Amino acid sequence: MKALRDAFGDEILALGRENPNVYVVDCDIGKSCKTLEFARQLPQQHLNVGIAEQNAAGVSAGLATCGKIPFVSTYAAFGSMRMCEQIRQEICYPRLNVKIACSHGGLTPANDGASHQAIEDYGIMRTLPNMTILVPCDYYSCRSLIRAACQWDGPVYLRFTRDPVPFIYRESDQFEIGRARTVREGGDVAIIAAGAVMSLALQACDLLHSQGIEARLLDMHTVKPLDTAAVTAAIQEIGRVVTVEDHNIINGIGSAVCEVAAGLGRGVVKRMGVQDQFGESGPYFDLLEKNGVTAQSIADTARSLVTGEN
Amino acid sequence: MLQNNKVLSLEETAIALRKTLLTTIYKAQSGHPGGSLSSADLMTVLYFDELRLRPHQPKWPERDRFVLSKGHVCPVLYACLAMRDFFPMEELDHLRKFGSILQGHPDMKRTPGVDISTGSLGQGVSCAVGMAIANRRDQNPGRVFCLLGDGETNEGQVWEAAETASKYQLDNLILLVDHNGLQNDGTCQDIMPPRDLAEKFRAFGFQTYQIDGHSIPAILDVFERIRAHQGGQPYAVIAKTVKGRGVSFMENVVAWHGQAPNEQEYLQAIQEIEEGLS
Repeated sequence: MKALRDAFGDEILALGRENPNVYVVDCDIGKSCKTLEFARQLPQQHLNVGIAEQNAAGVSAGLATCGKIPFVSTYAAFGSMRMCEQIRQEICYPRLNVKIACSHGGLTPANDGASHQAIEDYGIMRTLPNMTILVPCDYYSCRSLIRAACQWDGPVYLRFTRDPVPFIYRESDQFEIGRARTVREGGDVAIIAAGAVMSLALQACDLLHSQGIEARLLDMHTVKPLDTAAVTAAIQEIGRVVTVEDHNIINGIGSAVCEVAAGLGRGVVKRMGVQDQFGESGPYFDLLEKNGVTAQSIADTARSLVTGEN
Repeated sequence: MLQNNKVLSLEETAIALRKTLLTTIYKAQSGHPGGSLSSADLMTVLYFDELRLRPHQPKWPERDRFVLSKGHVCPVLYACLAMRDFFPMEELDHLRKFGSILQGHPDMKRTPGVDISTGSLGQGVSCAVGMAIANRRDQNPGRVFCLLGDGETNEGQVWEAAETASKYQLDNLILLVDHNGLQNDGTCQDIMPPRDLAEKFRAFGFQTYQIDGHSIPAILDVFERIRAHQGGQPYAVIAKTVKGRGVSFMENVVAWHGQAPNEQEYLQAIQEIEEGLS
């Protein structure tokens, strides 16, 4: 178990040491976003603009025009919403090389309650032209995708979560932006997931296997540009899809998959995630359960698609 | 004597600039004449004397950068860039037209010489701060000039950026406030009283100057004083100006913030500018 925000702290330090143009722009939450070591070791590549996220976006745009690769580090609620118009105007519109690196995505700042739980973040970012969105699910894929984001020329929104999550991959696994990873192969039902709920989706695959149902589990770590080839294959070859995410079911991965299915004119998609309601303080898995997201419920939903029962 | 010649020459350039930008707006039948005219003298001194630029190498890394935070007055910027030969003068005829390199608000990807896309008020100062920090850390001698409006200082982000400029001691950053006293819906005093802008920037840690923004000698002088000054502080120049300056019926009239002249108005305006009413 290791948290994605720790993956950010570790990888950004490595990237910063390799490339003096990699900058971190902090907004007074470096401690919880794990950038303190970067600030200590690479002060010439670090800024802390205080509790001023909109300014952080603009400063980063200015840095990018001078050849820097700034990573704005903040929480997902602020990175996607407080900074939204600045990201649109000064980063996406001129397609500048700025990375918005956000911890505390989804319901994971569980005890902090609704104000800090970003259940809308990548849905909002998804509507911005030129934006790329990465939602890694474990420590190793997170590090690989941060590295890929750094090499990607253009705006990237990275969504991390707060608490330790199980390892899904090995350290040597490499991830490519826009290319979904098949975590489990199966032909009865497809489960498309991203982020911290991946371990629940994996457990659901095990439950289904014990019932004789083989699920194909796709890690859709890149929400945009969506791997439409992988989604199309799941719909054409299987036709039954469950999407699972720690995000509002509106305009998240489920919606993106539905857009592909609608274009194909076939397939059945069940969207699992936050049921268009705000969160509250409480244990993370209780909050997910309140929204119907558990390993058992994922398995039940998938099975009902296979058996045709509701 | 040399200085006098320079002043006379720049004053002539300012007349040409005003005529060019008004013609641009007139042909487009769209654009913002009021703030373009109020900032025309500042822009003249910047683009024809102060900024170190290479028009045929617009991305020269050591250039002085310019951020038009009040992006809606881009006709004055486009006119400067065309007159400095960043692109042909004929491009000005296509302002706000489909497929033009001259968008309704500055677009760095389309227009040579535009250092950052702007148009949403309050954001350019932050971008300028980012540029100044990068130049400082790269030991790049290029300075960063940023023009903003007085109404624009309603935006809280301006003050977030000002704090950052001060924290990082950006003495390669020069903010110019076009203090014409009018904004979109009325006078600044009615919409959101700006109080004492110089005092505000001073409180934020800026070395601050107040000048007549239509006096070429005063503008030359303030840039000279800034170049001679060394204090580890960013600079703010509060330039008192008149919105619509140079055209009698536009001066201090809110309606000319974002309205193009008709033919009769245009001809009268050009005549007044040529006669040097200002």
